Amino acid sequence: MTARDLTRLTALQMADGLAAGEFTSVELTQAHLDRIERLNPSLNAYLLVDAEGALATAANVDAARAAGEDLPRLAGVPVAVKDIACTRGLPTTAGSRMLEHFVPPYDATIVTRLKDARMPILGKTNMDEFAMGSSTEHSAFGPTRNPWDLERIPGGSGGGSSAAVAAYLAPLAIGSDTGGSIRQPAAVTGSVGVKPTYGAVSRYGIIALASSLDQIGPCARTVADAALLHEVLAGHDPMDSTSIDAPVPPVVAAATGTRDLTGLRVGVVKEIAREGYQEGVSRCFEEALQHLRDLGAQVVEVSCPHFVHAMAAYYLIQPSEASSNLARYDAMRYGSRTTPEGSPSAEQVMAASRDAAFGDEVKRRIILGTYALSSGYYDAYYGQAQKVRTLIAGDFTAAFEQADVLVSPTTPTTAFRIGDKLDDPMAMYLNDIATIPANLAGVPGMSIPSGVADEDGLPVGFQLLAPAMEDQRLYAVGAALEARLAEAQGGYVFEKAPEIEVQA
Amino acid sequence: MSNLSRDDVAHVAMLARIQLEDHELDRLAGQLDQIVDWVGQINEVAAADVPPMSHPLPLVNVTRPDEVRPSLTQQQALANAPDPEGGRFGVPRILDEE
Repeated sequence: MTARDLTRLTALQMADGLAAGEFTSVELTQAHLDRIERLNPSLNAYLLVDAEGALATAANVDAARAAGEDLPRLAGVPVAVKDIACTRGLPTTAGSRMLEHFVPPYDATIVTRLKDARMPILGKTNMDEFAMGSSTEHSAFGPTRNPWDLERIPGGSGGGSSAAVAAYLAPLAIGSDTGGSIRQPAAVTGSVGVKPTYGAVSRYGIIALASSLDQIGPCARTVADAALLHEVLAGHDPMDSTSIDAPVPPVVAAATGTRDLTGLRVGVVKEIAREGYQEGVSRCFEEALQHLRDLGAQVVEVSCPHFVHAMAAYYLIQPSEASSNLARYDAMRYGSRTTPEGSPSAEQVMAASRDAAFGDEVKRRIILGTYALSSGYYDAYYGQAQKVRTLIAGDFTAAFEQADVLVSPTTPTTAFRIGDKLDDPMAMYLNDIATIPANLAGVPGMSIPSGVADEDGLPVGFQLLAPAMEDQRLYAVGAALEARLAEAQGGYVFEKAPEIEVQA
Repeated sequence: MSNLSRDDVAHVAMLARIQLEDHELDRLAGQLDQIVDWVGQINEVAAADVPPMSHPLPLVNVTRPDEVRPSLTQQQALANAPDPEGGRFGVPRILDEE
């Protein structure tokens, strides 16, 4: 098998191939490293590549396998980690100048889990600064480019992870989803992204954006691959007090189980499914609904009347929590320090450091959040947003009485051009209109590719939502729809991406 | 009508310990005013009797045993400090000069 062929395999095929001795983890890891070396200058998906570390893990797995050791399912299958997760000894920037030289002294729990699963970590992927953004243009280290069209955005904040997976620079990657940062990048790159139930995956060692919304999850090319990584990541962690102490839902079994959806009730959420979408997005959505009917599902329309206020609630709650979380960057214990001239006070050093090292979007949100939490405005903004959050969660509860899963397009449009929305924060925010309600309520969501828009030849995402702790429903329905679509469209959507032309 | 003036933005930025420069204020003030105006629509929702939701999980008093565990060494804790000094974090003056 050639190196190119190795990178084209699914993670499941890689795991099986390694177990059968068809190739080694060193060969598999090296094939990815070679591809990264060739294509990352064009894509900027990785901020850091740890060839040495990845190959050492790979060699270790190969030796263990040769010695007949019992190994975890994904042992030897490489993975990319969003630069929001602390990796001991490897710089972790969260896409910010503030942390440009930060080297964590410990691993995030999910990184420990990847190491326990004996997966070679290829490197750290690019992201919008502190995960604030929908395009990866807000990274302090330059935008990541969409493998489908290098002039377009790969989504955000996890555009590095989505681009890496879509461009075969990694079979699997870690994402974090606060308002859609796993699902929206998946949608615009033709890949699969899952935001598990809030609390399903530990946040210990994850650089915090908005603690009541942040959720770590898998990025992959297929639903089954995402399920395999989900099972590695999920589970209770005593180091995160919001981590759920309950068994992980059987997501791998669901993703590899029956394709028959007879009796399943699929709810189309009127408020986020029918209006304001690009033509090709709507067409792919309606086609996917027909495929679900053909698989035996009953498609019903449901209403979640308060979803129209979800964006406003989110852009109060998220900046408020972010302003509080990012107060830790005070230039005293770690992070970048800028010292003004003269004999400045600690307060002046803090203010100068934060001005110098934070980008515009981070400043906008910190100021917005500080304002929403400030005396005299709290009730009208943050307090009211919390009440609306209750109403949105109530809408989900009512909708899940009428349907087993809810669906919508993941994003209003396909990938837009780099630069198009950079100077218009409001236009940028509207990309997350369909993904945000799930974060506010804490329910799990998935985006799978449902086709390619006729008008621009770019991939379209289909979003599935399930009740809290019912993540396996996403995988069962997602896998069934994915298989059906592949049959109808003559292959997976991600296979239709053009070859990337290397910059001279 | 403007919700958030240029002076308001400068004031809130200083509450958040961000010393914005003039050209940044020029850029951010208008955008923030527009965003505040837009998120303010939340007040159209009748929610007076609705309890606030701060978190998706109904968690109360999550505790763990108070046991000594391995932790960072002094060297590790100081490794990322901008100005480590004699085994401590060096900080600028915290009092006024007068």
